[in-house]
Amino acid sequence: MPAKGPRGKVHTVADRCKGCGFCIEFCPLKALRASGTMNRGGFHFPEIVTPDKCSGCNMCGMVCPDFAIWSEKLISEKDESES
Amino acid sequence: MKKQTKKETPLSIEPRPQNPIESLIRMERLPHMWCPGCGIGISMGAFARAVLESGIDQNLLSVVSGIGCTGRVAGYLRLDSFHTTHGRAIPFATGLKLANPKLKVVVYSGDGDLTSIGGNHLIHAARRNVDLTVILVNNLNYGMTGGQFGPTTPHEAFGTTAPYGNYEYPLNLPYLMDVCGANYVARWTVYHVRQLTRAMVEAMNKDGLSFIEVISPCPELYLRRNRLGDALQEMVYLKENSRIQNGAETRSVAIEQKRQEIIVGKFVDRERPGYIQAMDEHLGKAMGARYQRPSFWEK
Ligand SMILES: Cc1ncc(C[n+]2csc(CCOP(=O)(O)OP(=O)(O)O)c2C)c(N)n1
Ligand code: SF4
Ligand code: SF4
Ligand code: SF4
Ligand SMILES: [Mg+2]
Repeated sequence: MPAKGPRGKVHTVADRCKGCGFCIEFCPLKALRASGTMNRGGFHFPEIVTPDKCSGCNMCGMVCPDFAIWSEKLISEKDESES
Repeated sequence: MKKQTKKETPLSIEPRPQNPIESLIRMERLPHMWCPGCGIGISMGAFARAVLESGIDQNLLSVVSGIGCTGRVAGYLRLDSFHTTHGRAIPFATGLKLANPKLKVVVYSGDGDLTSIGGNHLIHAARRNVDLTVILVNNLNYGMTGGQFGPTTPHEAFGTTAPYGNYEYPLNLPYLMDVCGANYVARWTVYHVRQLTRAMVEAMNKDGLSFIEVISPCPELYLRRNRLGDALQEMVYLKENSRIQNGAETRSVAIEQKRQEIIVGKFVDRERPGYIQAMDEHLGKAMGARYQRPSFWEK
């Protein structure tokens, strides 16, 4: 049986991040956190803690003022076998 | 001969994943000049998604900005965009539209630019219902020049030019646009980014003047000087203290105090004839067969 798996995949470009924390705060599934490391600008960019939780809703991408994070929807194996 | 060192160069480099809105942004100019947590970038992202979602022909889309932090949007969008002089985005955009009505013309600028030095143009563009979409980013002060107060600054808020607090009262922009005659009037905050994107699509599909006020944090100047917390706290504030009230009476939606409920939503959506339609209809009636549209319009 295919595992349920993540429904979305998050992409980040760490060096674009200015560390405002909007993506982390407004992720409805609380799947992000601030990284312990800093980017070129000295900001703690986001990283995904629980990739399995991500729904691909792109709320993180929509509230990012710096175009540094966004998500794509993944078509899960389950969806495909059902369709 | 030196001996070969360390790793081999990879034969191919995996392409960096692309944010879908990158096609509309001049990526070579990033990072942009906006401060960390400034809302202008969120509004620009919403606009880029609105352009993609609306399916609008990007070759016939033009963005006009005035001067200010918000005015920089024109320079970051990969579209035919114009960065005009302070306050003059609307007259420039009006000329552009009347020279080539096939264009979709969007004015994208700040509260100071559009309501202070450019306030008269805004009033008359709405009165004439000129076929433009106006996106006004209201950060409650003049950002670019260092945080002076202006026509949108709440009563008793501080600014560099209001060290004891602002004793004036601000404009209620949706009310102003409503009474002047704009076809479409909405207000959203940058927290309401989904609704904002949808409103931008709707506004760009309207004839006549469509107006969207975007409430946006200026953490560096306005929030700091007024001790209102950082950008993230402001976003949470906007989330918790906004009330969606579509169709609200615009006279009731003023933002006069530093801390108060903010009414957001679509307030006006009507079908008064836009400027070009009004001109065609009236002159067609008054002049009959003698009326001809400018020859350069039909191409
Ligand atoms: C004719 C003229 N007068 C004054 C200025 C200085 N000036 C530049 S931007 C600005 C105000 C910008 O405020 P706003 O439109 O609210 O934009 P923001 O920076 O807040 O996004 C002023 C007064 C100018 N550039 N040109
Ligand atoms: S796409 Fe949605 S669920 Fe996934 S990290 Fe972003 S905000 Fe969270
Ligand atoms: S919203 Fe963007 S700029 Fe802010 S912390 Fe997240 S990735 Fe960084
Ligand atoms: S000064 Fe204010 S409006 Fe200008 S970029 Fe900084 S935070 Fe944004
Ligand atoms: Mg401003």
